[in-house]
Amino acid sequence: MRKGEISFRIGGAAGDGVASSAETLSRVCSRSGLHASTYSFYQSVIRGGHVWTQVRAGEKSLGCFGEDADVLICLNQDTADYHAKNVTENGAIIYDPNAVEVPKAELRNGVKTVEIPLLELARTFSTAQIMKNTVAIGAAVSLLNMDFDIFVSVMKSQFGAKKQDVIDANVGAAKAGHDFIMKNNISLGHSLKFTMQRRMLVTGNEAIAMGALAAGVKFHAQYPMTPSSSILHYLAAHGAKYGVVVKQSEDEIASINMAVGAGFGGVRAMTATSGGGFSLMVEGLGLAGMLEVPLVAVLAQRGGPSTGMPTKTEQGDLNLAMGAGQGDWPRGIIAPRNQQECFDATVKAFNLAEIYQTPIIVMTDLILSESYSTVETFDFNVPIIRGLRADETKPDEFKRYLVTESGVSPRSIPGQKGLVHIAGSDEHLEDGTLISDVLSGLPSSIEGRIKMHDKRMRKLKGMLKDTPGPELWGPDRADLTLVSWGATQGPAREAIERVAGEHNVKVNSLEYCYIFPFHSDETAALLKDASMTMAVEGNYTGQFARLLRAETGIGMDHHLHKYDGEPFEPRHIVRKIEEVLKLG
Amino acid sequence: MAEAIDGQAYDFKSGTKPTWCPGCGDYAVLNALHKTLTNLKLEPWRVAVISGIGCSSNLPHFLTAYGVHGIHGRALPIATGLKLANPELTVIGAGGDGDGYGIGAGHFVHTMRRNLDITYIVMDNQIYGLTTGQASPTSMMKMKTKSTPEGVIENPINPIALALASGATFISRGFSGDAKGLAEIMEAAVRHKGFSLVDVLSPCVTYNKNNTYDYFRPKVYNLQKENHDVKDIEAAWKKALEWGDRIPTGIFYEAEGVPTYEELEPAYKQGPPLKQRLGIADPKDLIEEAM
Repeated sequence: MRKGEISFRIGGAAGDGVASSAETLSRVCSRSGLHASTYSFYQSVIRGGHVWTQVRAGEKSLGCFGEDADVLICLNQDTADYHAKNVTENGAIIYDPNAVEVPKAELRNGVKTVEIPLLELARTFSTAQIMKNTVAIGAAVSLLNMDFDIFVSVMKSQFGAKKQDVIDANVGAAKAGHDFIMKNNISLGHSLKFTMQRRMLVTGNEAIAMGALAAGVKFHAQYPMTPSSSILHYLAAHGAKYGVVVKQSEDEIASINMAVGAGFGGVRAMTATSGGGFSLMVEGLGLAGMLEVPLVAVLAQRGGPSTGMPTKTEQGDLNLAMGAGQGDWPRGIIAPRNQQECFDATVKAFNLAEIYQTPIIVMTDLILSESYSTVETFDFNVPIIRGLRADETKPDEFKRYLVTESGVSPRSIPGQKGLVHIAGSDEHLEDGTLISDVLSGLPSSIEGRIKMHDKRMRKLKGMLKDTPGPELWGPDRADLTLVSWGATQGPAREAIERVAGEHNVKVNSLEYCYIFPFHSDETAALLKDASMTMAVEGNYTGQFARLLRAETGIGMDHHLHKYDGEPFEPRHIVRKIEEVLKLG
Repeated sequence: MAEAIDGQAYDFKSGTKPTWCPGCGDYAVLNALHKTLTNLKLEPWRVAVISGIGCSSNLPHFLTAYGVHGIHGRALPIATGLKLANPELTVIGAGGDGDGYGIGAGHFVHTMRRNLDITYIVMDNQIYGLTTGQASPTSMMKMKTKSTPEGVIENPINPIALALASGATFISRGFSGDAKGLAEIMEAAVRHKGFSLVDVLSPCVTYNKNNTYDYFRPKVYNLQKENHDVKDIEAAWKKALEWGDRIPTGIFYEAEGVPTYEELEPAYKQGPPLKQRLGIADPKDLIEEAM
């Protein structure tokens, strides 16, 4: 067990309610004033299999779900078999001795086996099997000396006033687990400070959806696909109240094209998917690029290729996002590094999309999309910048695709008098006249084509200025610089702190949230004096390192690639740092 | 369609000359659409015509109205997004049989079951024209094309039957050789509240030597001249399956009282999306819920 933090791992079979129990526990921790970070390990099955969720809670902000658990809650035998031996020293294992046997000989030093008749205690309150989880959660709350009333408050929020009977049953069951620990005088001897400071507890997907609401999304189309689906769920649940049309479409091709239609119609439009769906969307994305229609597309990555590993994480779709759509068109790619940044980046994406009238891709991965983290309360009062609009009083001057220095042309919205135009997927002239058929290849068209293509691509210059460069975290000068993008930030920083505590070396972290247009100058300046570099990314070929090299000519000295489907843990990175710095 | 506001009749013609072959059936469709929009006294800036790709999908360029000349097969999803964003527009989808019944068939079916208040005009020439003469989803059995030199060996799609099965609330067929009849059908289609299909037999004079004006002229007849009851879905099914010596045109079916998607959309309680204020004025509930 590490000072100032604790990790719980709850394991069972799919359908046992592991994820919801873990969410409850996370909220209890969060409401106690602890920071929390979770990871759900699950499989593409509805019932059965083996699933677990880790809830890490600590006094300081946490960038990831951690590593081995301090407290293991076994809801079935598999959980004991797979995880008991990895419980940290002086940790505890909670289980029902009537259902689960713990391999005691394999346990680390000082690990307590807390035997509670979970099912028997649960039966007093409900016939539902899931109630045994609640007994275990009550026991966990007690082991940490957390205020039981907080559990009650979480139940009230979860079920609402209408379901008092459900609340009573859960509270009773949890109390039984709680009292069992008290009565038997079991303690972890691990103390945490509960500040009771209130924070939000959100997944990356929820943070994106909230960012979209704050930014004024009015249309969202999506086809369900793990791990992006909870964006659809969140917006669908809130659409009626906040006036967002949420359309579950027949496929991702429809989603992106609906978003194009809505964006053309003048509302802020979004779609979300994972790699497979994004692959279907690429033609529609290029259409938006050509029509110069603003939209935001969320790409929540999972293990690929093809169906790949639907419930596993990976950062393998950067090449896909970079290359989506035939021909060249200006796109923005943003990869938020944590849940807080998911909110901020989504707001930024909507503004960039409208300022530059082009698609912005927000990339996450499963670990960020679906994991909960505490965040400071989001500020919903965000800037909303709608970009250049045509002058209704001067219809004679209006050209929808006017060639400008910035590459941005004045835009009109259907319904505006005097500003009708055709947005065409064919190459076109300033007034929208297409030059793909009878004018194709004629001298004036060739010139028009070049001007129009240049105009569109010039938007990248502005977008580059409007986005922040990479962040260098840690000491200015270091023996090793880690280079990462997206959600690798958390484990990378933690690895750096750990290495600094154990060895006399300095490591820093160069982190990218704004991926494209690529900040070459800042990158070159920051890496100019780097002693040694190492790219840390969750894919096979080092897609980000390749982009960095293509944009700057700078190659990484070392690479750490992970593509086993599991998220980076700090120790994976620590091990590699020790290897490249030859630390004993 | 959206309600006309100022009651004036506007000219919807544009200065862009159509690029279709002389004699192409699509000219009649364009004329009928011009006439319809003018007759219904719609304002050009409150009309949007959305197309896909193909000869017929060039149509938006030949109208004065807002328009999207989109990508192959995706006219209906684009039209759907636009209509949902701004239900105060009259939104018309347009394209060919390859666009709508081939690559876009999935969207065709799903858009019909949604019953959005949009009109979809399919210029059905039973061939791929722009790609120089391959078989289309409505090419008849045995027809020889560049891609089927031994003749087509799969059954054609029956758009009328497919529309009936998919829950379209207005289903019609026109013929480019009957300009007057086509204009009447189109006006009724645009006027209909809900999804309306106008499948137009629109001969390709260059690549389809089978389904020509002369092929259709002796066969087509107008349902409305034969006491067909447009409210009788069983009668509509019977007529939908008729194709041979006699080919029905006119309105096959018009459902009454079916709510449109827009009428059922929960988010519209807050007003049309385009007219709403952006952002969250009071985020208290959202924050509390996430605690």
